[in-house]
Amino acid sequence: MTKLIDVQDLNVRFDTPEGVVTAVNGLSFALERGQTFGIVGESGSGKSQSMMAMMGLLAANGSASGKALFNGEDLLSMPAAKLNKIRGNRVAMIFQDPMTSLNPYLTVERQMTEVLEQHKGLTRKSALSLAIQTLEQVRIPDAARRIRMYPHEFSGGMRQRIMIAMALLCQPDLLIADEPTTALDVTVQAQTMQLLRDLQRDFGTAIILITHDLGVVAGLCDQVMVLYGGRIMEQGSADAIFYRPTHPYTLGLLGAVPKLDHEGERLVAIPGVPPNMARLPAGCPFSERCPFVMDQCATVRPALEPSESDPMVLRACHRAVADVLRDAETVLPT
Amino acid sequence: MNAVLKDSTQGQEPLLSVRDLHVHFNARGEGLFPKKRTLKAVNGVNLDLYPGETLGIVGESGCGKSTLARALLNLIPATSGHVVWLGKDMHDAKPSEWQNVRKNVQMVFQDPLASLNPRMNVMQIIGEPLRTHKPELSKDQVKERVKQVMARVGLMENQLYRYPHEFSGGQCQRIGIARALILEPKLIVCDEPVSALDVSIQAQIINLLKDLQQQMQMALIFIAHDLAVVKHVSQRILVMYLGRVMELADKHELYAAPKHPYTRALLSAVPLADPRLERAKQIQMLAGDLPSPLSPPSGCVFRTRCPHAFDRCASEIPPLIAVNEKSEAACWLY
Amino acid sequence: MLLTKKDDALVATLEQAVKAPAGRSPWADARGRFMRNKAAVVALVVLVVITLLCIFGPMVMHYEFDTADWDAMKLPPFQGNHYWGTDESGRDLLVRCMIGGRISLMVGILATICSVVVGIVWGATAGFLGGKIDGLMMRIVDMMYAIPYLLIAILLVTILGREFYLVVLTITAFSWMDMARVVRGQTLSLRSMEFVEAARAIGVPTRRIIFSHIVPNLLGVVVIYTTVTVPGVILTESVLSFLGLGIQEPMTSWGVLIHDGSGVMDVAPWLLLFPCALLSITLYCFNFIGDGLRDALDPKQR
Repeated sequence: MTKLIDVQDLNVRFDTPEGVVTAVNGLSFALERGQTFGIVGESGSGKSQSMMAMMGLLAANGSASGKALFNGEDLLSMPAAKLNKIRGNRVAMIFQDPMTSLNPYLTVERQMTEVLEQHKGLTRKSALSLAIQTLEQVRIPDAARRIRMYPHEFSGGMRQRIMIAMALLCQPDLLIADEPTTALDVTVQAQTMQLLRDLQRDFGTAIILITHDLGVVAGLCDQVMVLYGGRIMEQGSADAIFYRPTHPYTLGLLGAVPKLDHEGERLVAIPGVPPNMARLPAGCPFSERCPFVMDQCATVRPALEPSESDPMVLRACHRAVADVLRDAETVLPT
Repeated sequence: MNAVLKDSTQGQEPLLSVRDLHVHFNARGEGLFPKKRTLKAVNGVNLDLYPGETLGIVGESGCGKSTLARALLNLIPATSGHVVWLGKDMHDAKPSEWQNVRKNVQMVFQDPLASLNPRMNVMQIIGEPLRTHKPELSKDQVKERVKQVMARVGLMENQLYRYPHEFSGGQCQRIGIARALILEPKLIVCDEPVSALDVSIQAQIINLLKDLQQQMQMALIFIAHDLAVVKHVSQRILVMYLGRVMELADKHELYAAPKHPYTRALLSAVPLADPRLERAKQIQMLAGDLPSPLSPPSGCVFRTRCPHAFDRCASEIPPLIAVNEKSEAACWLY
Repeated sequence: MLLTKKDDALVATLEQAVKAPAGRSPWADARGRFMRNKAAVVALVVLVVITLLCIFGPMVMHYEFDTADWDAMKLPPFQGNHYWGTDESGRDLLVRCMIGGRISLMVGILATICSVVVGIVWGATAGFLGGKIDGLMMRIVDMMYAIPYLLIAILLVTILGREFYLVVLTITAFSWMDMARVVRGQTLSLRSMEFVEAARAIGVPTRRIIFSHIVPNLLGVVVIYTTVTVPGVILTESVLSFLGLGIQEPMTSWGVLIHDGSGVMDVAPWLLLFPCALLSITLYCFNFIGDGLRDALDPKQR
C-alpha cells in the first residue's frame, strides 16, 4: 500500500538580498495512514517552511526541489489547479495565530460553507448543517447560534477550534498543524491537544505536528523528527527520542526544557545563538554550538543513517552513540 | 498573612509590601450611549517580598500579572491600595520619590528586541540608567561600568557599539538584563523574560538570572505563564486568576501538593516531555471559558470553572488564608 | 563562572564570524537598501543633475533669460545656438527653463522645510500630549483639509500680493497637514512601544524620553514624507503660477513657462513641451526617491 506521505530529499531555498538561503536541506520522511508525526525544532530549523513547500504556500522568492509524494502523487510538481483540489480537501493545514488565519470580515458560517461548496459541491443548506455538526464535534457549545458570529467574537482557544473544525470539514487524510497551540494559554492548550487526540482516534486522520514544544509532541506523536538548521538531526519513534536520545542536539534540547517533575536545579543551556541561515557551515549545522564537536564536524556533513544502538532511529552525527551517552553528564553545559 | 516562610527570611523586613492593590481601567461599554465600565485588572492583591528571594508570579492571559508588575513600579498608576517600598508607603508619592525607588528596582521586559531603542547602540542602552541616576560619572567611567556588566551577562566587549537589530533574541535579552543590572538594584522585576525565546536560549537566560541573583543577592519577581519555567527560578510562587491571588506557596509545596483547584488544573495542563506520562495523564479540564474581566463572577472569581464550586463560592469572596505553614490559598474548601 | 572553557572555544569561533566593532546603525542599513534600489538611485542622480544645471547652467550659457532678441523670435529648437528654441520675445527657452527651475525648486524646498517644521511640531505635540489637546489639534488639521486651498490661495495672493515669500507662505499653509498627521500617528505608536516603557521604568525624565527615544525614531517617517511633500509643493506653485497668481514677471518658474507655452502651443509647441517635460521628470524623480526611501526605511525589513 502506498504510503500516505513520502517526502524524498526536500530542499527549500529562498532568494534574499543577502544571497540564497537554504531553509530546508535534504528532508526525507514517510508517514502511513493514521500516524502522527512530530517535527520539532527551534527558529531557523526549517520546520514550517518544509510544510509550506509541500502545500505550495511558499513565498514568491522561495523554491522547493525534491519530491513530496501524497498518495503517490508529487505535490511539488503538481499543477496549481490540481493542488487546489487537494488542499483543504485531502490535506488541511492549521496555523499558529487563529486571529489572522480567519477572515475577520466573514462570519464563521460563510467561511465554513465556502470550503464545503468548493470542494464537495454541497448546497448551502447541507453545507450549513455539516458545518454545525463539525463545530459540535470540536466542542463549541451552542454551535447553531454561534456559527453566525464573526471570528473576533470568539476567544483564542475557540478560534483555534474553529480552525480545526474547518480543517476537518472535508475529512482530510492528513492534517498539518503548524504550532497550533503556541499562542494559547496552558489550560486551553491542554484542551486543544486533547481534542486533536480524540479526533485522530475517531477519524483516523494522520497528523503532522510542527512545534518547538517537546511536551506537546510527547502527548500526541508516534514518530518524531528533530530539525536544526534545515537538516534532520535525529528521527525515530517518540519513545526512542524521548527516552533514549543519542544526538547531542536532542540531548541538549531535552535537557533545556524546564520540567515539573525534575528536581535538578540547573537546565542544560546549549551555548551560542540560533543558526544564521544565510551562512551555515559546510558540515553539520549544529557544529558551531555542539559540546561534542570534533574537527571534521564543521566541514564534513554527517549522513543521516540508522543509529548504532537502534536501527529504527535515524541519526546524523559523527560522534558514536556510545561516546555521546558516556560523556553526556559531564560535557553538557549547564 | 505572613505565615509563609517566616523562618527562611529570619524576621527580615520585607523589601516590598503590597496591600489590597487594585488597578482598574475605564472601558467603554456597548451601544449608542455606553455606560462606563471598569476593567478590574488587579483586584485586591497582597504580597510581601523579602530581600534576596525570588517570587514567581504565574497565571494565564488576563490574570493581571503584567499589570501588577507595572503598578509596582508606577508605570501604571494604582487605583487604590498600598505599595510599600523599603518601609515607605508610595501611595500618593511624588515623582521624585518614585525616582528614588527606581534606582533600586529595575525591569526586564518580554519582547527582547522591542524593549531596546533601535536607534541606540548597546553602550547607550546599557549606560542609560547610569546617565539618568548618576549624571556625575564621566563618559569613561560609564563605559567601564557598562563593560563590566556586559561581561557579567555574557556579552562580548566588541559588541559595545552594535545596534539591537544585529543581535539574536537571546542576546537582546542579555542586553536588557545588563541594563537592569547596571545600577545594582535590590529587585529586578522580570515580565515574561523568556517567553519569546527558543528553548535552548530560554535555558541560557534562566541559568543566567539564577546565577546573577546568587552573586548579587538581588530579589527577583519572575512573571511567567509557564509553571515549569517558574519552578526553576523561584522560591515562592503566586498564582493569579482574573486579578486575584488564588494561591501563594513555597515552591516544593506548590508542585507536590497544590491546594487551589485552579493551581491543580494548571499543573495538570502543563505538557510533559515524557510520552508515557503525558498520555496516561488525567488532565483536569476546566469547564467553560475565561470570564470577561469587565464582569468577573461574584464571590470567588474562579467558581464558574471550578469542579468543586458550591453555594458559598458565589456569595462570598474567599480570603487568602494559610492552609499549612508553607502555603496559602483563597478557596472555601479550606 | 558563567562561561566554561568549552564555551570559550565556541565563543572564539563566533567572534571571528562577528562583524567589525562599529555597529551597523539602522541608518547605514537603510542607506544600503536604498542604494540597491536602482530606480531610486537613478532618480537621485537625475535630480541632482537637473538641480546642478538649474543652478550653474545660466552662468555658463551665453544668453540671459530676459534678453529679448527681436531677430530670433519663436525659433524652433535644435537649430543654431538656441538649443531649445526661443519664445515670442526671442528669449532663449533653455536658459529660461533653468532659471525657472531655480525658482520652482527653491520655492519647493523652502515651502517644504516650513511645512515640515510646522507639521512635526504640531504632530509630535498632539501625539505626545494625547487626550483632548490631541483631539483639538487634529480637528484643526481636519478643518484645514476641508478648506478649498486654491480659492483661499487666490484670496491670499490677491490681498497680500505676489512677493516671493508670500507665495512660499501660502503654499506652506496648505502643505503641512500630511506631515502633522503622519508624525502624530508615529508619536502615538512610539509612545506605547516597549523601549519607551523601559525608559520610563529606568526613570528617564520625560524631556529626555522625547529627545532620545521618540524624535530619532520619528526621523524615518519625516524623511519619507518630506520627499513626498516636495513634489506636491512644486506642483502647487506651478498651478498658482499657471493661474497667474504665482511668481511675478520678470521672474519665471516652470509654472509660468507652462502658462506662457500653453498660450501658443498650436504654433510653438516646444514652448510648452520642454517646461512640462522638465516638471514631470522632476516630480517623477521625487516620487521614485520617496518610494525608495520608504522601502529602505521600512521597519519590517529589520
